[in-house]
Amino acid sequence: MANLLEVRNLRTHFQTYAGTVQAVNGISFSVAPGEALGIVGESGCGKSVTATSIMRLLPPNGKIVEGEIDFDGRDLASLSEREMQHIRGNEISMIFQDPMTSLNPVLKIRTQISESLQLHQNMTKAQAAKRSVELLELVGIPSPAMRVKQYPHEFSGGMRQRVMIAMALSCNPKMLIADEPTTALDVTIQAQIMDLMRELRQKLNTAIILITHDLGVVAGMCTRIQVMYAGRIIERGTPDDIYYNPKHPYTWGLLKSVPRVDARERRRLHSILGQPPDLLAPPEGCEFWPRCDYAMEICQRQKPELANIEGEHETACWLTHPAAATHLAAKGGPAQ
Amino acid sequence: MMSAVNAVKPESATDTLVKVSNLKKYFDTENGILKAVDDVSFHIERGETLGLVGESGCGKTTVGRTITRLYEPTGGAMFFDGVDIFKTHESDLKPFRSKAQMIFQDPYASLNPRMTVGDIIGEPLDIHKLARGQERTDRIFELLDLVGLNREHANRYPHEFSGGQRQRIGVARALAVSPSFIICDEPISALDVSIQAQVVNMLEDLQNRFGLTYLFIAHDLSMVKHISNRVAVMYLGKIVETAFSNELYDHPMHPYTKALLSAIPIPDPAVERQRTRIILEGDVPSPINPPPGCRFKTRCSEVMDICHAQEPLLKDVGGKHQVACHRA
Repeated sequence: MANLLEVRNLRTHFQTYAGTVQAVNGISFSVAPGEALGIVGESGCGKSVTATSIMRLLPPNGKIVEGEIDFDGRDLASLSEREMQHIRGNEISMIFQDPMTSLNPVLKIRTQISESLQLHQNMTKAQAAKRSVELLELVGIPSPAMRVKQYPHEFSGGMRQRVMIAMALSCNPKMLIADEPTTALDVTIQAQIMDLMRELRQKLNTAIILITHDLGVVAGMCTRIQVMYAGRIIERGTPDDIYYNPKHPYTWGLLKSVPRVDARERRRLHSILGQPPDLLAPPEGCEFWPRCDYAMEICQRQKPELANIEGEHETACWLTHPAAATHLAAKGGPAQ
Repeated sequence: MMSAVNAVKPESATDTLVKVSNLKKYFDTENGILKAVDDVSFHIERGETLGLVGESGCGKTTVGRTITRLYEPTGGAMFFDGVDIFKTHESDLKPFRSKAQMIFQDPYASLNPRMTVGDIIGEPLDIHKLARGQERTDRIFELLDLVGLNREHANRYPHEFSGGQRQRIGVARALAVSPSFIICDEPISALDVSIQAQVVNMLEDLQNRFGLTYLFIAHDLSMVKHISNRVAVMYLGKIVETAFSNELYDHPMHPYTKALLSAIPIPDPAVERQRTRIILEGDVPSPINPPPGCRFKTRCSEVMDICHAQEPLLKDVGGKHQVACHRA
């Protein structure tokens, strides 16, 4: 099946008073129709900038400096703002981390959901109002006919995120980008929202890009996962590849640094020393080498490219090069 | 390292450092009385870590702030090393404050941006008249070493540091007065995953080295379970269940604890595929005029008639496991 989204060599930079921040630095990936792709990484790794680049919602000092974003036959990176407006909210929708600030506090929920229906679907006001009630029902909001007349402050955090999802799905988009959709929510509410997203994906066959820092959240939801670090994709594969056979030392480290609630015994957490690099001046070679326990000489000089391991599993690490096997064994690292 | 972690925390210790009985903290609001903490009792042994977990608005932070008298209690008692802190006059609290310290959630808001790191860490030394001159400088350097920062950092300002480093500064400030008890209020929730592990490991190391007693307040049950000997689960101003960490995970008895545990995502695709989640309906009710009877009854799937009429009290079910549920 042809891919719905094909991102090729995307580079997004920000001009700041301190210099150019290379937030996304040459990433390529694809999303198939109806697929759920997880993008995992820590703050500043470029995962959200990837999303805002696709949506063309970058702030004025941010710019796509290179690359193509092929969505359903069009290159989003080169569309005009006017053409982009037909795509946003209609063919691709996005939900954000903070449901408190992404809704307009002075407009009724009905007005906010109706806006895109009237704009993109040419519905009349009455049609849009009727559809708003159906959408609230779809996302599991009790007594939708009454709730649709209320204002955002009358909703709890979890309910607001449901409203955001209802708005995002209002025009039956082909793709939904969810940027940390549950980070601001309590864990029992997070479970409700993730449950809802799983259910809606099956019902509507919408492709989802789920962006998160939480390795637990993507494990049960996504068909493929890619791990980002300092503006690049450093590893990707199926959940089984990433969780059971991680190849990049950053992925190993990340997995070992989170305690599991089902852990039998208490062990000391693995901690990755140091902190992510300054993207104003990223290191010469591999972005991760200053924090890597297994860094070799080549890692400091030359960036490793994504290379295939098996099936869909790829990693950008010199340790997977055959010549590194003896080095890794000597350092006591896992076999590659 | 692993054995050292376990060795200092004997599960059968009987030397109680903190004993809180029937703690109440109500706030007057324009809509009525908000019962943030309503009749909460617990104790912490010397050298032990008690985890206090619950979702936003359950009152866990208010517990921490009330037992240190940052908030004036509405009722109850708090014994610290045998002294009733709630009966102590404000002006006589200084000795207690040098024994009980706090680390806050937001490493950005809890450090004065106009003070150098050295002065931030040195301020408690000045207030408690613990060191002056060269002695003060030496102590600041010693504290910076303890939390893994450099001595050059003493002359810099908070904005020059990352979140994880700022949290280290907050820990150094807390340690300045050589406390025996530290309340850690969501100390890692604002940090990235790889940095969380650094801070948690440091807290564990400091505990082993100085025999510290922790009250670890957080919403992240996996991290609370990792760091705590015992865990208390709060819901709407009440402790609903308390047990040793593994016991709580293996045999949760309160329906809320069960739901909370089942809601936590586990970074393991096979486990996630097989899990059945208990999805709670609805949201937490308002702590202003909470429902009579059991406070969890509006979301509980196992609710009975008695739950509407009578509030369940914490009762022992053996092995220091307590639960407040009519079903238990």
